[in-house]
Amino acid sequence: MDFFLIAVIVLGSIGLVAAIVLYVCSKKFAVDEDPRIQQVNELLAGANCGGCGFAGCGGLAEALVKGADKGRIDGLSCPVGGAETMTRVADLLGMAIANGDPKIAVVRCNGSCDKRPKTNEYMGLRTCAAMNSCGAGETGCGYGCLGCGDCVEACQFDAIHLNPETGLPEVNEDKCTACGACAKSCPRTIIELRKKGVKGRRVYVSCVNKDKGAVAMKACKAACISCGKCVKECKFEAITIGNNVSYIDYNKCRLCRKCVEVCPTKAIQAVNFPTPKKSETSEAPEKKQLS
Amino acid sequence: MNIKTFRIGGIHPEENKLTHEVATEAAPLPQQAIFPLSQHIGAPARPIVQKGDKVKVGTILAEASSFVSAPIHSSVSGTVAKIDTAIDATGYRKPAIIIDVEGDDWEESIDRSKTLETLSAHPELTPEEIVERIKKAGITGMGGAGFPTFIKLCPPPTAKAECVIINAVECEPYITADYRLMMEKSDEIIVGLELLMKAAKVTKGYIGIETNKPKAIALLSKKVSEFRSQSPYQIEVVPLKQRYPQGGEKQLVDAVIRRQVPAPPAIPVNVGAIVQNVGTAYAVYEAVMKRKPLFERYTTVTGKRLQKPGNYLVRMGTPMQLLIDLCGGMPDGENKLLAGGPMMGKALTSTEVPICKGTNSVTILSGDEARRKEPQPCIRCAKCVGVCPMGLEPYLLAKLSAFKQWESAEQEDIVSCIECGSCQFTCPAHRPLLDNIRQGKQTVMGIIRNRNTKKQ
Amino acid sequence: MNKLIVSLSPHAHGTDSVERNMYGVLIALLPALFVSFAYFGIGSAIVCLTSVVACVFLEWVINRFVLGNQHNTIIDGSAALTGLLLGMNLPSNLPIWIILIGALFAIGVGKMTFGGLGNNIFNPALVGRCVLLVAFPAQMTSWPQPGHLLQYTDATTGATPLALMKQAIQNHDASILDQLPDAFSLLMGDHSLGGGAGTIGEICGLALLAGFAFMLWRRIITWHIPVSIIVTVFAFSAVMHLINPIYADPTTVILSGGLLLGAIFMATDYVTSPMTPKGQIVYGISIGLLTIIIRNWGAYPEGMSFAILIMNAFTPLINSHFKPKRYGEEVKK
Repeated sequence: MDFFLIAVIVLGSIGLVAAIVLYVCSKKFAVDEDPRIQQVNELLAGANCGGCGFAGCGGLAEALVKGADKGRIDGLSCPVGGAETMTRVADLLGMAIANGDPKIAVVRCNGSCDKRPKTNEYMGLRTCAAMNSCGAGETGCGYGCLGCGDCVEACQFDAIHLNPETGLPEVNEDKCTACGACAKSCPRTIIELRKKGVKGRRVYVSCVNKDKGAVAMKACKAACISCGKCVKECKFEAITIGNNVSYIDYNKCRLCRKCVEVCPTKAIQAVNFPTPKKSETSEAPEKKQLS
Repeated sequence: MNIKTFRIGGIHPEENKLTHEVATEAAPLPQQAIFPLSQHIGAPARPIVQKGDKVKVGTILAEASSFVSAPIHSSVSGTVAKIDTAIDATGYRKPAIIIDVEGDDWEESIDRSKTLETLSAHPELTPEEIVERIKKAGITGMGGAGFPTFIKLCPPPTAKAECVIINAVECEPYITADYRLMMEKSDEIIVGLELLMKAAKVTKGYIGIETNKPKAIALLSKKVSEFRSQSPYQIEVVPLKQRYPQGGEKQLVDAVIRRQVPAPPAIPVNVGAIVQNVGTAYAVYEAVMKRKPLFERYTTVTGKRLQKPGNYLVRMGTPMQLLIDLCGGMPDGENKLLAGGPMMGKALTSTEVPICKGTNSVTILSGDEARRKEPQPCIRCAKCVGVCPMGLEPYLLAKLSAFKQWESAEQEDIVSCIECGSCQFTCPAHRPLLDNIRQGKQTVMGIIRNRNTKKQ
Repeated sequence: MNKLIVSLSPHAHGTDSVERNMYGVLIALLPALFVSFAYFGIGSAIVCLTSVVACVFLEWVINRFVLGNQHNTIIDGSAALTGLLLGMNLPSNLPIWIILIGALFAIGVGKMTFGGLGNNIFNPALVGRCVLLVAFPAQMTSWPQPGHLLQYTDATTGATPLALMKQAIQNHDASILDQLPDAFSLLMGDHSLGGGAGTIGEICGLALLAGFAFMLWRRIITWHIPVSIIVTVFAFSAVMHLINPIYADPTTVILSGGLLLGAIFMATDYVTSPMTPKGQIVYGISIGLLTIIIRNWGAYPEGMSFAILIMNAFTPLINSHFKPKRYGEEVKK
């Protein structure tokens, strides 16, 4: 019985001493933190993805509270949580917030294997960055998608995958949070964050080839040859041509799709529009909803 | 006597000097010559001709667009067909001047005589005049790197040049252009070295040659002792052990004058050495003494399956297809076309790429030589550590780059990598070490640049 | 015309390969293996063969069925090498079922759980051996005497030099050491004087040194690890011998037990040893010290296996602290 008692007393005292030490330390070395930061942090998505520009959700929470004290939280937004989360954060901090339109990653290349023939064979490290520094890639287009999947690697939301038939990446509309990681990882800046659009409908030029028209066509049948027909057709002045390639400003585009009809190489894509009931003559191909 | 060599690492690839004893021939003129505007380190040159202009051999086509830049001169006579984009050695379409070749008229200012002009016969050449003529002639490093030569001859105020080292090592397999140049133009090379020494205001000069070129060592030693009687310049021929990368600037300085260049941003002149390729020395002679701008060079065209490999005096702008046809055409089967040698050369996507200022060789690898093997996991044998000439740990740098650990990579001195490829050559598991390290190095250099610009 | 192949430089590769290195080590082990056949007969043949076949088979099974890999790694020779090294660390009368358990731990736990070749922290053959030593101490410490060529599990057993050395220390009796074979006999493996049993691989020092020379010539390993282990052991045991003659003389110490086998073949395992020459020397010195400490003052007569396993754990630390000399490092700014 003695041993039992001694064991209990010894262990109990060690426990008590440890507890006192921990309590004193937690009070003495406590870091003074604004309690709101923790509250905002809890409202945020918690993915620590870096889409907001800060290293983790904690960073954004701190910036939001500091901004609230200064009276401005513009430019700070959590793309994962979206408008819903930002409204709740703004309510908590007592601020008004202007909601931006939701965005989505768009892959601006349509040079699939059937449209863009292979002219070389690349051997070595299969990353887009490595192939990009080796040369134009395996095709004649020095601006087009390399198909090694650096964007797929970069995505933390499982929202972008390579289609094995076309060799091009495809974005999952439901999962994409427009954090921008894939766009940063693409060495040819093919991926752009564009407005998702009303009902998810958007129109964009699926080519970034800056070579002259004839050269571009030789490398890829779906290239933009900067013929200018789209510019002439657009009544809303949303389309401009620079560096031998056409570009649609998503803020001005009204989704009328006249440009899609006139493009001779079908370089302009229209997404999520209902299929017209007419027969199959020069229509925009509809992108499937990926699940 | 101990043969000198660099102190850390190195490998011994197969020599394959198929064209060692093939005398140089002049290559025929092409029908169309292509001049990319970026053949050197620095800003691309700015075109000063337009479509339709008539040019002669030696006419200036594009001027230097900034301090670190070089002019480009025509190597052919004819009409400017267009100023357009063309595929160059980078694998991308870059701006280039394209000329339709007509005849072979040279600019009158060029002295085409073969008499040897020595420095002692031209006391009027001051260092400044020499540098000016080198700059106007558009001379850039002929060993492949393409750094504008005149800049190297004017070191920054913090560094004092003590000697000029001529890189006649040619450590890469297959290439023999520099060797043939030494065997055929030895006098001119020595005068060129003296010109460089006068321009850099130094009295000591070295010519480093690997021991696999005994005839060149003997010939140049003989010429150097002949010249010694007439000139105040101390020139020494230094035989060097056959080892790759003996011809790397930093390794050469270590071998010849036994000093090691500190980590970047230090350059060899910080330890007193100015290194120039032997082809550059020859070009300097022609530019200063014969008023000939840089528009032709010695190039080796070689490959195990080529019918007739050889060494050629090629006008720049000549598409490689012409040279390949001269040698019997592209071999059947799978091929890799390289501008340069197998260790540091660039694989080309097309045979229409033109010969540029730094193209010392056109190498065709065929069959198994052209392919890469499947990589296996790293077996941690540390052979890559043993061969790295910069004392780095390639397995670690490759892993850090693959996992994007840029801070750690910077701490492990990834920017010191000279991209020689010894690690990947040695790796038993055929891992793409340099592929990864290069990505890491470029990213880390970008990070350092951003950090420095933010400080300012 | 075929498409041109492109890749980043370098475009040439040397003749080295993983297979060349693994099979090179196997060839280096052949002299010691043949000597062991001469001394231990069919016993050593059965043990080594079982070990090699079991290791290769286990790696194939785990690769194919547990990991689901399409491409199997048994061709690279590393599983066979682990098998042979494990076998050479065992006594020649070990029953087959125990060898199979050893192979299971060597390949299954020591290698494949960490991710296969290149990822293991501990030397797989030593993991297998130490597991067997701890699980089956009786069978693992009964040493057949050489000369009984047709006997397998029923071979006559006897004392090993290490057992005698341990006895001398424990009983504080230097005269026991007189029963040890002289250095030359230990080197050549002639045990007619008795007291010369041991594991299959450690018997003939000369055969092992021949393997060392072969590996150096083929540039499979460098001299740093084996030489630093042997020199450290020699120096340390010389000091102990001078202090007190109950400790055996240094030449006997380096020629007895698994020291040469461990120093040349086990400690130099690529995956588990440090990556820089400086680090390798530190590693070798530490193994030497630990081996002697365990041999003289530990419970086991043989300390080599444990010493190597302990230092395997320190290898990552050694790698991060001992960096090669950088080009330009000596230049003062």
